[in-house]
Amino acid sequence: MTVLDRSARTLFLTELLSGLALTLRYFFKPKVTLNYPFEKGPLSPRFKGEHVLRRYPNGEERCIACKLCEAICPALAITIESEPRADGSRRATRYDIDMTKCIYCGFCQESCPVDAIVEGPNFEFSTETREELLYDKEKLLANGDRWETEIAANLAADMPYR
Amino acid sequence: MIVQALTFYLFAGITVAAGVMVVSARNPVHSVLFLILAFLNSAGLFVLMGAEFLAMVLVVVYVGAVAVLFLFVVMMLDINFVELRQGFLQYLPIGGLIGLILLVELVLVIGAWVVAPDAAATIAEPMPAPERMTNTHALGLILYTRYVYLFQIAGLILLVAMVGAIVLTLRGREGVRKQRIAAQVRGRREERVELKKVPTRGGI
Amino acid sequence: MVDLWQGYAWPGLVIVAQIFAILVPLLLTVAYLTYAERKVIAAMQMRKGPNVVGPFGLLQPVADGIKLLFKETVIPSGANRVVFIAAPVVTFVLSLIGWAVIPFDFGVVLSDINVGILYLFAISSLGVYGVIMAGWASNSKYAFLGALRSAAQMVSYEIAIGFVIITVLLCVGSLNLTDIVLAQKDLWFAIPLLPMFVIFFISALAETNRAPFDLPEAEAELVAGYSVEYSSLTFALFFLGEYANMILMSALTVILFLGGWLPPLDVAPFNWIPGPVWFAVKIAGLLFLFLWVRATFPRYRYDQLMRLGWKVFLPASLFWVVLTAGVLVATGWAPV
Repeated sequence: MTVLDRSARTLFLTELLSGLALTLRYFFKPKVTLNYPFEKGPLSPRFKGEHVLRRYPNGEERCIACKLCEAICPALAITIESEPRADGSRRATRYDIDMTKCIYCGFCQESCPVDAIVEGPNFEFSTETREELLYDKEKLLANGDRWETEIAANLAADMPYR
Repeated sequence: MIVQALTFYLFAGITVAAGVMVVSARNPVHSVLFLILAFLNSAGLFVLMGAEFLAMVLVVVYVGAVAVLFLFVVMMLDINFVELRQGFLQYLPIGGLIGLILLVELVLVIGAWVVAPDAAATIAEPMPAPERMTNTHALGLILYTRYVYLFQIAGLILLVAMVGAIVLTLRGREGVRKQRIAAQVRGRREERVELKKVPTRGGI
Repeated sequence: MVDLWQGYAWPGLVIVAQIFAILVPLLLTVAYLTYAERKVIAAMQMRKGPNVVGPFGLLQPVADGIKLLFKETVIPSGANRVVFIAAPVVTFVLSLIGWAVIPFDFGVVLSDINVGILYLFAISSLGVYGVIMAGWASNSKYAFLGALRSAAQMVSYEIAIGFVIITVLLCVGSLNLTDIVLAQKDLWFAIPLLPMFVIFFISALAETNRAPFDLPEAEAELVAGYSVEYSSLTFALFFLGEYANMILMSALTVILFLGGWLPPLDVAPFNWIPGPVWFAVKIAGLLFLFLWVRATFPRYRYDQLMRLGWKVFLPASLFWVVLTAGVLVATGWAPV
């Protein structure tokens, strides 16, 4: 009986037909495409995008040039030079991130004792030249000013899990 | 009428030119391509004669199948044909002699040709209107009645040639693992998958 | 002079006009077939497909065409220039000249020749040359492998197609395409010859190098097969030729099995619709099937493809030829 059954299945191409029926059902299902530049998908608060350097609410920059991020960066993308400032505190005179090297692992963010370097939610920072991707301290601080609200919200949302 | 004549000379001219190029082209692949051109133009000549069935069969069989195999073989061969041509002058006398013998034979055959006595009557017969009798129909009638034995013998010869080619090249090899699709399809889950209870830290 | 005008020049002009009347809609259809393919496959994968250029992305084929037109034609330095350029032209021309004998309605046909079906068969068997010439002239191993695969595949499946055509011809008794359609006035051949219809359709997939038989251009193993080295207009010609071939094979299937321009039933609401519309609707249905199959089935392996052609389709179609001939003779239904 099974022989007959199998032969009939082969002869009448039932498997092919059931495959076709499946794709036809999908043909009428609602589409999941996002119309990207106009519609965007949800991002996790932990999303690791473009780097920013944050400031304290009073405007003082957080980074104390401890160079932990430089030490831990597996891609050697971060370069820091520091000098004492006029008020005696140590600050970075140079804070460069080579975004073409960065692998977005997030180690810099984890190692930072003062939450200064953070990977923000921005992932749309493509440029037309390579040079524009070599970020310096001004660029990173400017990013921080622009994304502070979102980053603060994300960090607060992630806090209970840390 | 003049257009037909012009078309005839066009087809005939290209056929002859392509034929010459087949033997004179340096690249063998080009030779085969010219051969195809010659076939196509002879098909055109057949159409001009009103033998559209023959024309189409010529294209289907010779261009569509035979020449493809030619092209296949010639493309796969990695022969330096320039080297092969080097002894051209050396072999010219023998080649020329064979050509001459063939020519003499042809002349003898054509010289001894006797036109069938009733051929003139056949030619004089007016061609039937295409609505009444297509040439496919006519060809079929004559092929399957008058020449049926020759037709069958031709088929048999081809069959023997095919069987011969297969016998010559077929060899049974030991230890070849082939996919048996029927056996695969027949397989059930119970035969292929076995669930084993592995004791912790015991290994298998 | 008047003779020349009335005898040759005027009919010539009429024929040229007819050719354009066929080719322009055909090429438009080809362009929108690529659009339809992307949309249909997208829908079956729960995507939206092109929807940016123009309303519903309807101008996408135009944009693609312009892009291809303005790209640079690259000819590899090791390529055989003449054959390299000739190959896409051959493919394109062969996909178009088949339409000379396709009847769109009773009497609406460019050239109603006696051996129409043989002509189409010959044209489709020539299609392999474009591919094989391209593969050889590119002087590239991927292109060559693709061309060899394609040539072997097309020659193999042509035999099955030939037997299927013979089965239909046995039932018709004529090689003329109009006669073939008229013979289906009462019953489409797809019904009594259903297995042949299925075999023909699957062989048509293989003949046009469509999925699941698209091994010649299997991108996973052969990059893009015989068209790897082609760019710009030469590639566009291959592309157009491939899709025009799909439409031609669909038209042939419609003529052989689905009653050409005839309505499904010769009763009131159906026979109000003109024949060419029915013809187009049937072709569109078959083309949808082409795309549907592509979205559904994975690609065959090469030995499986050859097995299917030689060990399944060839004996099956041969058996049906004998069976059909036997039934026709035994029942006396055979046409004279």
